[in-house]
Amino acid sequence: MSAIHPDEINAGRLAGVLPVDRPQPLDARTGDGTLLDDPAVRPPLVTGNRSFHDITNIVCGYVENKPGGWWYALFGLANMLAGLGTAMIIYLLITGVGVWGLNNQVGWAWDITNFVFWIGIGHAGTLISAILCLLKQKWRTSINRAAEAMTIFAVICAGTFPGIHVGRMWFIWMVFPIPNANAIWPNFKSPLLWDVFAVSTYFTVSALFWFMGMIPDLATLRDRATLRLKASPSGPVLPLTNIRVDAVRAYIYGFFSLGWRFSSRHWQNYEKAYLVLAGISTPLVISVHSIVSFDFATSVVPGWHTTIFPPYFVAGAIFGGFAMVLFLLIPARELYPNMKELITLRHLENMAKIILVTGSMVGFAYAMEFFIAWYSGNKYEADVFLYNRLLPPFIDPRGAPYWWAYWAMIFCNVISPQVFWSRAFRTSPIAIFAVATLVTIGMWFERFVIIVTSLHRAFLPGEWGMFFPTAVDILTFVGTFGIFLTLFLLFMKFLPAFAMSEIKNVLPQASPHDHGDGHGHADANAPDHKHH
Amino acid sequence: MAKQGKIYKTPSGEVVYGVMAEFATPGDTFRAAEKLRDAGYKNWDVYAPFPIHGIDEAMGLKPSKLPLLAGVIGLAGAAIGFFFQWWVSTYGYTTIVQGKPAGAWEAFVPVTFEIGVLFTAFTCILGMMAFNALPMWYHPLLKKDRFLRVSDDRFVICVESRDPGFDPEKARKMLESVKGYNIDLVQD
Repeated sequence: MSAIHPDEINAGRLAGVLPVDRPQPLDARTGDGTLLDDPAVRPPLVTGNRSFHDITNIVCGYVENKPGGWWYALFGLANMLAGLGTAMIIYLLITGVGVWGLNNQVGWAWDITNFVFWIGIGHAGTLISAILCLLKQKWRTSINRAAEAMTIFAVICAGTFPGIHVGRMWFIWMVFPIPNANAIWPNFKSPLLWDVFAVSTYFTVSALFWFMGMIPDLATLRDRATLRLKASPSGPVLPLTNIRVDAVRAYIYGFFSLGWRFSSRHWQNYEKAYLVLAGISTPLVISVHSIVSFDFATSVVPGWHTTIFPPYFVAGAIFGGFAMVLFLLIPARELYPNMKELITLRHLENMAKIILVTGSMVGFAYAMEFFIAWYSGNKYEADVFLYNRLLPPFIDPRGAPYWWAYWAMIFCNVISPQVFWSRAFRTSPIAIFAVATLVTIGMWFERFVIIVTSLHRAFLPGEWGMFFPTAVDILTFVGTFGIFLTLFLLFMKFLPAFAMSEIKNVLPQASPHDHGDGHGHADANAPDHKHH
Repeated sequence: MAKQGKIYKTPSGEVVYGVMAEFATPGDTFRAAEKLRDAGYKNWDVYAPFPIHGIDEAMGLKPSKLPLLAGVIGLAGAAIGFFFQWWVSTYGYTTIVQGKPAGAWEAFVPVTFEIGVLFTAFTCILGMMAFNALPMWYHPLLKKDRFLRVSDDRFVICVESRDPGFDPEKARKMLESVKGYNIDLVQD
């Protein structure tokens, strides 16, 4: 039975009070009812026996009701960090790249580390939306909207770094293949330019996919606002005006939903467009991070010049991206009412399993990279591993000054996800959150290790030089977290954070093959009807 | 829109767009759609908060042309991208890198792929909008409060008056016979 009657939610809304879910008692074996082990039984994707109307109320409630005080506090903090980051970027552009800790030897450090870090985070959103869609994983419907939003905001943060790190900013127009008075065209043989196209395409396609997915849900918000507007002659107004908030909602959501009226003929074209977008986003994810890895793999620097980088980077991106999705959604589940019914323990467990798989792939890639570096007989490649990364100076005097970064990466990326072999850990939100945090830190260190440990001691000992970050390096990175969090909080406040139409579609009562009893309680495990 | 035969008016004098009925469950809607398809109706539609599984066949819809269009335009885009890179590297700003030929195709693969994906994606969204005649912010059905609940949890079938054999009474009887309720005329 429903924990909360739908009318109670409406009443709570009218009273200006946020409905709070009554905690369902957790079953030792099945958690919130979704952690079923029997593969023959499909666990519920949404707990609490929710109807379509409940889903609409819950998800639209996040947009229409005032969030708790925590939202404003967090938004203020995020804004301050974003402002700080912006100030640092402006300072960099006015003064020059010397404000960072880069030098002749280590020409890339935090800037490119951060770029690859954020792009990698973005990839999980596309994987959840596109790849899980092609694999018909219905559990993706609760997390795909937020994950796609996260992708777009992460790519925005990522894209700032290649833009600002060029040194001579007044030449940045040269990356774009536009006819100009200097008769200059870009160098299409350079991976750095492939990056420009890859990241721009990735951003554009992700934004289109995200927007298209939101059209039906924006229409839902439009219709609710219109009905409220017509239902009573007065209601909440914008401050200092007479304009009703619902009128603004009806216009803005109405504009962006393009007049969507839920026609099945339209749904047919929509579904095909969705599938094609999912189908091309999958190779897009793989190609984009492979192209990013080419920034390193196509060079001659030992430690960079290795063919394992494309799959290594892609697996690492999915790994790090899922960690960020969990890092955002686990606290959101606690803070927003009823969200635990949409994002169940099974969703978290599935994502934990993906983290375990991709983490193991990444660990295997680390081992293979080292093995092939040794097996190749190339002294410089082997030396990068032994003396630039693995061996601390107290064990071997020729050892690596950045050894702590390498071992932090190993601990966070390879060792910490292994706890997910235990069912207790992978079904505990706190454990998953802790591992996700460690993985995010570890993935940043992975890119730092690749870039800085390879560069600071390259071929000629005479040119070796250490890298130390300046305050501007650090604060710029912190600032991008502020930008990311600001955008994400705005998204949760103003846009439908869950794919309502998709969630409704995977509820058991959405199946048209019920047996005419009029109650719509279809058997989710019914044998295939010939209409499939 | 051109109507064949009579023009029907509501009691208050507005032109009729069609007749709509609500249905209780996706199953009822599905079976009703099959009956309407078999009865030979051409201008009608099913409205649901999500795409009902199998409704395309139940309505007798032809498969969408969007994937074909997306594929063609995507490949065309890839070809354009490849040719553009080749022209830039050999004539526009001839670039010799590492002693390799100026027009070496291997280097052009990543950007060609990305441009192909970009064109495909634009075709998907713009094609979807074109095939669905969107944006269409004003529509007779969107003026009915009853219809606005489709986005929540209602299922509606609407038979449009531009169907050649349209007759409000026949349509009403048809919809009642397939378990429709709250049957209503929709003004244009």
